Amino acid sequence: MAIKKHELSVEVNGRTVRAEVEPRMMLSDFLRHELGLTGTHVGCEHGVCGACNVMLNGRSARSCLTYAVQVDGAKIETVESLGTIDKLHPLQQAFWEKHGLQCGFCTPGMLISALELLEKNPKPTREEIVDHMSGNLCRCTGYQNIIDAVAYAAELMAEQANG
Amino acid sequence: MSIKDIVIPPSRRKIGPAKSYNHIGKPMKRLEDPPLLTGTGQFIDDVVLPHMAHAAVLRSPLAHARIVKIDTSAAEALEGVVCVLTGEDVAKTNDPQFGSGNGIEQYCIAVGRVRHVGETVAAVVAESRYIAEDALELIEVDYEELPVIATVEQGIAATGDGILHPNHENGNIAFECNYDFGTVEEDFAAADHVIQRELRWGRTSGMPIETSGAVASYNPGRSKFEVYSNSSMYNYFGHGIAASLRVPPSKLNVIPVYAGGSFGSKMFAHKVPTLTATLARAAGRPVKFIEDRIDHMLSSDQHGPERVFDCSVAIKGGKMTSVKIKTVDDYGAYAQFGVGHHGNALSQVTGPYDIGSVRYDLKAVLTNKCQQGAYRGFGAEVSNFMIERLVDAAADELGEDRVEFRRRNLIPKEKFPHIIPTGNLYDSGDYQAVLAKALDKIGYDDFRAEQEAALKEGRYLGIGVATVQERSVFSATEYWMLERDPAFPLSSVPESVGITVDVSGKVVVDLHAPFWGNSPETVVGQVVAELLGVDPTDIIFTYADTDHGLPSAGPAGSRYTVMISGAVVGATEKLVTKMKRMAAVMMGTDEEDVDFRDGIFITRSGNRSKTIEEIATAAYNFRLDFPDSDDFSSGLTVQHVYDHPLTTMPADDRSHLGIFYPIMGHMCHVPVVEVDIETGSVKILRYVAVHDCGTVVNPLTLGGHVRGGTAQGIGSALYEKFCYDENGQFTNASFADYTIPSAYEMPPDIQIGHVETPSPYTEFGVKGAGEGGRMGAPPAVVAAVEDALKPLGVRIDEIPIGPSRLREIIRHSTGG
Ligand code: FES
Ligand code: FES
Repeated sequence: MAIKKHELSVEVNGRTVRAEVEPRMMLSDFLRHELGLTGTHVGCEHGVCGACNVMLNGRSARSCLTYAVQVDGAKIETVESLGTIDKLHPLQQAFWEKHGLQCGFCTPGMLISALELLEKNPKPTREEIVDHMSGNLCRCTGYQNIIDAVAYAAELMAEQANG
Repeated sequence: MSIKDIVIPPSRRKIGPAKSYNHIGKPMKRLEDPPLLTGTGQFIDDVVLPHMAHAAVLRSPLAHARIVKIDTSAAEALEGVVCVLTGEDVAKTNDPQFGSGNGIEQYCIAVGRVRHVGETVAAVVAESRYIAEDALELIEVDYEELPVIATVEQGIAATGDGILHPNHENGNIAFECNYDFGTVEEDFAAADHVIQRELRWGRTSGMPIETSGAVASYNPGRSKFEVYSNSSMYNYFGHGIAASLRVPPSKLNVIPVYAGGSFGSKMFAHKVPTLTATLARAAGRPVKFIEDRIDHMLSSDQHGPERVFDCSVAIKGGKMTSVKIKTVDDYGAYAQFGVGHHGNALSQVTGPYDIGSVRYDLKAVLTNKCQQGAYRGFGAEVSNFMIERLVDAAADELGEDRVEFRRRNLIPKEKFPHIIPTGNLYDSGDYQAVLAKALDKIGYDDFRAEQEAALKEGRYLGIGVATVQERSVFSATEYWMLERDPAFPLSSVPESVGITVDVSGKVVVDLHAPFWGNSPETVVGQVVAELLGVDPTDIIFTYADTDHGLPSAGPAGSRYTVMISGAVVGATEKLVTKMKRMAAVMMGTDEEDVDFRDGIFITRSGNRSKTIEEIATAAYNFRLDFPDSDDFSSGLTVQHVYDHPLTTMPADDRSHLGIFYPIMGHMCHVPVVEVDIETGSVKILRYVAVHDCGTVVNPLTLGGHVRGGTAQGIGSALYEKFCYDENGQFTNASFADYTIPSAYEMPPDIQIGHVETPSPYTEFGVKGAGEGGRMGAPPAVVAAVEDALKPLGVRIDEIPIGPSRLREIIRHSTGG
């Protein structure tokens, strides 16, 4: 039996996308497999690891727990909206400098979480960074360099803002 | 035969350690990172082939049962389903999985019988993963339940239907061996103290954030498989997958992709690529199968060890002379790589201590759990825990400071190279220096006062010291411990590289092992840059598939940096020789008159020179400018296969195992913890990790390994355990229930230090370091917790010690 599809219009990384999706399609699958935005990763599909985090209307959200149809009319940003290889976003630059990644699988979700933090709190304390980032799992780094990277990104972004 | 008969082969090293380097030893930012940071790294689920279908698998809800009947008709009838396969289908087209043997057979879909919860019972291929999962619910399976073997005791006692593999001749004993290395009985008889402990190590696994997956296609015209896979070691064991598919190795091309972490769990992930290839052949179109997290937890290729020990140490005059180790290993339902754990253990079973003899009695038991495989340390981390617990216990019982006791028993640096009772060699080290540095960094001498003051306020602080080994660079003779007369006497463990200078003069390096979160491009880039005088950020990297693969065993057993450095030294030597020859012709002089310095070929007098770019242009385009000899054939491509730098044969009578894991790293981990005795929770306040990995190639990436490994070790000690209940049900198969550490659980700063004693046997003196942290943290953390709870008389003989378990221990302690 064919499942009825729903129309969807959503802004993804600054572009409006119209699509027809089954109501059960997860946002993570929609982004990865329908739009080809494979930077968003899937580590658990049950809301724990945070690898699938995307920005949904300015707040981070687990795309593996969100149905694509729920984001009709919303604004989504994924890791692909940050910098490019030639012009990295300060967060990406900071993760690179501080060796905040090894396999890189958790990294897109980490970057999105860090972005959310720094957008609302440009000068976080170390405790605030740990608190915010503890919703994302990484199995490679032991987190210390990730925390360092977020702190360093805050500095870089402050410098950019000032100058 | 005895270890005295072992003749240490001369070093084959070509380039010794230097005082300073241009690139080696520098904290260069990783070359791998830009694509990973921008979401453009290609992982397995990013691979899409034309007309690709998707698979999902049905997992056994029972731990042990006969499969009586499977009805797939409703699933097959569902719109969008391409095909459904059961074990019966697979048995027609496939042979058992790699590692099967001795009557223990495993297939990528269970044939006739399921032996653990989560074992694959059927697989569906459909137009989408969603439809495939719908179809799973329509498959009906009739099972006849069999007695569940949930513990090793049940496994040993079982008869009849409780025997997991009736064709295996030793019932549920997968493997058993009894080794006496040296004069164990005499040493124990002569001892003035014997300290004994019973210890327990819980089951965990690597749990990378990316699971295993594959995308496979089959071309019937060429009868050839192409399999994209995040499994590694494909250039070592890829033929094992081909054998399961009943094709010659050259009819299977395994194509590597980036792997999102492994830690052993993808070291040779074979069930997923074999299953996916099998499905592609049956479906007649490309198929993708990616494990979900629950698939990965229930039925990955590699759960870590689960072991109990009854062990004792003999002491005479304050020195340890001998250890007796009796260990029972809960292997799970199949054998595959699990056997590797004990060879690893035997490579450093006496730790960094000068102990003269060892008894090792091993019983590996088949139970209704997922099978074991590799997890960072591959069994050697378990023996580190065992020996360190025994050493702490010995010091405590002798009423001596744990550090003092260690100082007296560490192998002195004059004794290297040192052969331990099992026959393995420790190449070099300075254990006192590592210990001294770690104690200094943590402020050991001031800690007791801090501890005392805290206790007055009712706070329980403790310090732990672990001095442990990190063996690196395995030789496959390790596996000979299993048999007196190995049917397959494997002894090759090579690593290879190809280097091309392309027509434009760019250096292209072809690696034969995948990226899986390590830093192959960075490390190789630094070594190549050092040797060729090029800019490491200018080097281009490719990863060879099995069609083009040279012999390689990839990153495992902390071997990659050592082995690939050896391969790169060999390859660049060939390349420079050819370029020098060409440069001489181009400059109208003799080869002997040409030096190679900082990337330039220059005459002795210094008045003529050629760059790599100029030589490349000529090498590819101007053949007739050179003499008519094969030495000047067009192009600039070289390959080099580097074999194990230092290995010897095991003794025929297995009185020793020869040299098989000789490049010996060492570390001292020292955490300071605070235990909340009301809740049983442990907070790590400070942490020092000093490592000796020989010459450090990149301190930045090495630091990443140390910290990441330490986090995993902390997880193993305090938080992680796969729980199987008495029915063999896996009760915590999710990331919500199986808790790997988050940023919260980490110490605020793992301070890293290095002592460098270069290996005399490897290029530049590099030693392996990839597993380090996890091999040191568990005994160190447990020792610190025990130290904190000393006023309560607490003794800890097991891991993990999560809050509820620790509360239980405190309640039952003599002082609690
Ligand atoms: S994949 Fe969404 S939280 Fe893990
Ligand atoms: S970098 Fe591998 S999981 Fe975080």
